[in-house]
Amino acid sequence: MTAATATFSPVPQIATRAWHSDPMKLWGVLMLVPYGLVFLILVTYPVLYGIYIGLKPQSYVELFRDPAFTIAAWNTVLFLLIAVNLKFLLALALSGFFMAQRAWIKVVLVLFLLPWAMPSIPTILSVRFLLNPEWGLINAQLFKWFQIDGPNWLNDPTLAFGSAIFMHIWKSLPFWTLILITGRMAIAKDLYEAADVDGASRWQQFRYITWPSLAALYVTSTILSIIWTLGDFNSVYLLTGGGPGDRTHVLATLGIRYLRIDKLDLGIAAIITAMPFVLPLVFVMVKRLSRGPQDEA
Amino acid sequence: MNSRRIWEDVRLVLVAIPVLLWTLVPIYHLFVLSISNEKAMLAGRFWPDEPTLQNYRIVFNQQHYYLNNFWLQMFNSFLVATAVGAITLFVATLAAFSISRLRTPGGRTIMNLALATYLIPAAFLAVPMYKAMGTYGLLNSKWALILAMVALASPYAIWVLKQASDKLPAELDEAAVIDGASPLQIFRLVYLPLMAPSMVAIGVYALLLAWNEYLYAFLLLSSEREITLAVALGQFLGADDSPWNILMATGMIYALPPMAIYYIFRKYMVSGLTAGAVKS
Repeated sequence: MTAATATFSPVPQIATRAWHSDPMKLWGVLMLVPYGLVFLILVTYPVLYGIYIGLKPQSYVELFRDPAFTIAAWNTVLFLLIAVNLKFLLALALSGFFMAQRAWIKVVLVLFLLPWAMPSIPTILSVRFLLNPEWGLINAQLFKWFQIDGPNWLNDPTLAFGSAIFMHIWKSLPFWTLILITGRMAIAKDLYEAADVDGASRWQQFRYITWPSLAALYVTSTILSIIWTLGDFNSVYLLTGGGPGDRTHVLATLGIRYLRIDKLDLGIAAIITAMPFVLPLVFVMVKRLSRGPQDEA
Repeated sequence: MNSRRIWEDVRLVLVAIPVLLWTLVPIYHLFVLSISNEKAMLAGRFWPDEPTLQNYRIVFNQQHYYLNNFWLQMFNSFLVATAVGAITLFVATLAAFSISRLRTPGGRTIMNLALATYLIPAAFLAVPMYKAMGTYGLLNSKWALILAMVALASPYAIWVLKQASDKLPAELDEAAVIDGASPLQIFRLVYLPLMAPSMVAIGVYALLLAWNEYLYAFLLLSSEREITLAVALGQFLGADDSPWNILMATGMIYALPPMAIYYIFRKYMVSGLTAGAVKS
């Protein structure tokens, strides 16, 4: 607290001067100009324009009549529920695995981080061909070993949607595992040693030491991940293209689909329907993230 | 005691095997297809009969109609990524200095607005952004993509740089002010040298974000000579009889530079987000 208020003691003495005659304030304002311009031209204007377009009631009438929208909205809810929870349960478990004190585990970790380090397009396209019903590796091997015809992965709405969820988790799991590993590393080792001496079981150690220390981070990360999962365009679009028959769209890909077929109004409307859900989360996260280090301690 | 350790090792290995399979199969498959000829590509094998570098040769010599502009598109990706890295760094460093060190009034509000932008899914912002770029007459210009990516990258950049900047001791600027230094001199002589490590991380972050971006590039750029490599990869999906082996070779080439950069700088990349998240 003292550190925060002590920064720039000269400022209060000259605070009464107008901003343009005070070099501190003049430079302070000038240095915010570049980002201010970026924000006004590339965020404010598009967002205000979007809201303006989104005010037309007839777009929503048309939107709710489009079966693709109903399916996409429902898919989005399913996608979030399954992908985020599964991803975090896996990340929680794997972060424990990677804490094991073995030299070879470090090597596994480096390999495990590859999906995060690679651009998503080549790997998504690789999986797309992997799932090809005629030539893909999976069905070819199924036939070779079990003489069965594998499913037509991306032409079955349920399997295609499941594959998109797999793709999303595959890409984002390493990052969140890494975050939870950092969280676990912040827990004092002697807590576990004391618990060992007292004969605490593995589960008790997790329940009474690990989880209480990790819970806040787990919640923050989950909220962040919900928001970003909502915006995952690539995993769905490049794997299934929203197909078969617009059955696997989520709101992020449906908005772009409307844009591509020249129905901008519907695209905006589809996005605005998600806002009552997105904005409270954004608000909570801005409050959480904007706390500076001096407020946390 | 020893048997407990062996038992523990067995359990770890039993976890490691599925983890590695899950992680590596899509990447391995990408690599195997990239060294397969057309016959091997359609056979669905774990390893091609006659592995070949022919696909890479085709890519480098632009010998396929999907790849007529490969080198130009590679250059476009490089140009956009570098420009986004440089401009983001410029915009964000100034803003972070102003908010954190000069305590400019309203700085906190701007920080919060920037954070809100960072948190809104980029795929949602893409639709109105496309329309705005049309209004500005920038569609199918690399500037549209550069500006859009700067708008997406700078909020996180400002946030990380502000966090790092808040940690610098206040006495530094006080001493400089007493010596009669102007804000610009403090910025150049005190701030920039101390912030260099964080700035490297942020420059890399913005550069990789732009190199890897598909959606915005695909919306904002359309002509063969303007698109980035990411969009060119997506265009292979246009036909049913796509040359997937050549596509995968192009994908490998496209993936290698960011992977190399990620691994060199990965410690910086994580610390940015965790610094704020772990403490809350």
